[in-house]
Amino acid sequence: LEVNVHDASNLVAPVRYFRQGAPRSSWAKGAVTLAALAVASTLPLWANGYMSEAFDTLMFVALASAWNIFGGYTGYTALGNASFWGIGAYAMALISVHLHLGPYAMFAVVPLAGIVAGLFAIPYGWASLRVDASAFVIVTFAVLFVLEHLTLNLSVVGGSAGIGFPIPPWSGNFFNEPFFYAMLITVVLIVTISFLVRRSAFGLTLLAIRDDEDKAIASGIRTGRSKLLAFVLSGFLTGLVGAIYGYFISYTYPQFVFDPATSVLIVLMAFFGGSGTLLGPIVGAIILEPAQIELSTYLGAQNLDVLVLAAVFLVVLLAFPRGIVVSLTASRRRRRESKRQASSPSRPAPDLAPSRPIVALGDSGPA
Amino acid sequence: VLELAVEGVILGILSGGVYALMASGLTLTFGVMGVINIAQGAFVILGAYLSIGVVDIWRIDPLLTLFITMPVAFAIGVVSEVCFVRPLRHDRERMSVVVTYALGLLIEGVLGPIFLYGRRILAVPFATSSFRVLDFYVGYIYLIAFGLAIAILCLFFLFLYKTKTGVGVRAVSQNRLGAEVVGVETEKVAAITFGLSTAAAAAAGTLFGALFAFTPNSMFDLIARLLAIVVLGGLGSLPGAVIGAVVMLVGEDVVASMWSPSWAAFMFYAMLVVVLVLRPQGILGGQRARRV
Repeated sequence: LEVNVHDASNLVAPVRYFRQGAPRSSWAKGAVTLAALAVASTLPLWANGYMSEAFDTLMFVALASAWNIFGGYTGYTALGNASFWGIGAYAMALISVHLHLGPYAMFAVVPLAGIVAGLFAIPYGWASLRVDASAFVIVTFAVLFVLEHLTLNLSVVGGSAGIGFPIPPWSGNFFNEPFFYAMLITVVLIVTISFLVRRSAFGLTLLAIRDDEDKAIASGIRTGRSKLLAFVLSGFLTGLVGAIYGYFISYTYPQFVFDPATSVLIVLMAFFGGSGTLLGPIVGAIILEPAQIELSTYLGAQNLDVLVLAAVFLVVLLAFPRGIVVSLTASRRRRRESKRQASSPSRPAPDLAPSRPIVALGDSGPA
Repeated sequence: VLELAVEGVILGILSGGVYALMASGLTLTFGVMGVINIAQGAFVILGAYLSIGVVDIWRIDPLLTLFITMPVAFAIGVVSEVCFVRPLRHDRERMSVVVTYALGLLIEGVLGPIFLYGRRILAVPFATSSFRVLDFYVGYIYLIAFGLAIAILCLFFLFLYKTKTGVGVRAVSQNRLGAEVVGVETEKVAAITFGLSTAAAAAAGTLFGALFAFTPNSMFDLIARLLAIVVLGGLGSLPGAVIGAVVMLVGEDVVASMWSPSWAAFMFYAMLVVVLVLRPQGILGGQRARRV
């Protein structure tokens, strides 16, 4: 499971992958991806009563996957991704309040809001990545509070009252649908980018940083540039999600969008499923967000929801320290390999490491 | 204007002492175990609620509860280390962030149903009496909390510098492998460190609870402040944590008294960002060196 960037065969693996086409198992993965997309995109037809929950879940899939592009691949545990989420929401609110757009045209502002978040990530990343990985965790958390208190005090952005969005004139049972599809498109975009990053030479530099930054520097990787680029990319994508979310709840105020609990929850979801893998954050979000909604619905009145959620987190994190996806695929691979060895005892087990595309940190196939 | 500044400095130093006690445990666990303990904020709140519970049952003076909350918190800390931190072998530092966060959430989850989510404050008998400095009043409780915090902090330092176990703790924080080679039982040291850090947090929690109102989910605001203090002082540096606490709290209180309380919290975190841009390793942090 280790990434070995010094092994030249690992470096050419992605090249070979694109030249020879995907291995056969990837077609199965592609089929699963298409099926998942088909289920998700027809959700309004057969689960119309749950659109709000579906939107929330998709949002956390997007947030955790966007976090993963920087936090998971480089191993720098950014605790403050809600900063970008909030900036996206605020940028969307400020732009749309001044533009007087139609309800659908509003979605055109979303990329702009993402760019604002991405631009913010440049000085933020430059300053915070100067400290070492441990202090970085804490600095990102502090910046979240800087933003919360800044927006609380600045009347330009509405102060503690926040900013309201123009509310679209859609009827009750249709209201959630445009937001749902906007978020679905964003999820597809983020997961695709995450997939491409993982398969690229750029992604390889990120994984090398995660494994051993000093060695990565010694082998000539410009780690500073890679980290900043991934950070800005992650910030831009998180900003997109924040913009759609702000429009969806039609209101944005400081304690709500710069919420530390949400910020840590994103990280927890990624670790729950498997940080640094493509599938992990998706699985983590799909399990945890509905669970959290259900828990607060049924146990919230007795204040027991936090206790149960915390217990689940602890048990799963201790039982599957690398995340559910990685632990399960690793045990499946072990079983398959031992079976293969048993069936052909005359031939020694092939050394799989170099022939596998890039690195087998859990499941690397498409969603 | 000068008087306002003096008021800010005095209040900052007094409450800074309490924060220094919380932060010292946090920086020690990082230095010794390489663990960023997000649960430290929850341990502080746990200490405050333990005091409230003890006062409710036995009706004793809130500050005397320290003799009960500190040993209890020490035991909770040791158990937490053995159950939740020791099993983390893979990717320890990154995992510790999420696992201790979940631990903090667990503590909040236990406190929530018992004490409910209303704001509480630890009622001390002399809470309203104060004395006059220049043109303003300082509550005696601030002075007492500061005194107790410093006293406990001194005990903490005495333990680390004068006892054999304390030397072991410092040895592990300086060089884990070296300490193991010369026969320090690193697992025992880790458990003791975590227990001590939890006891310090709980003691500070009792004092904090007498000064400020709190709820079971006050942990986020607290841990953010503590982490900022610890990084400002230099991660892993014990004197750095004390200096960081005083600098941050004085800065915050001076802004609060001279400018506006609503900008004070902003200044608190903004100071950290500015200092780190100028000096990425913090005030007393050596380059990657972990010292206690």
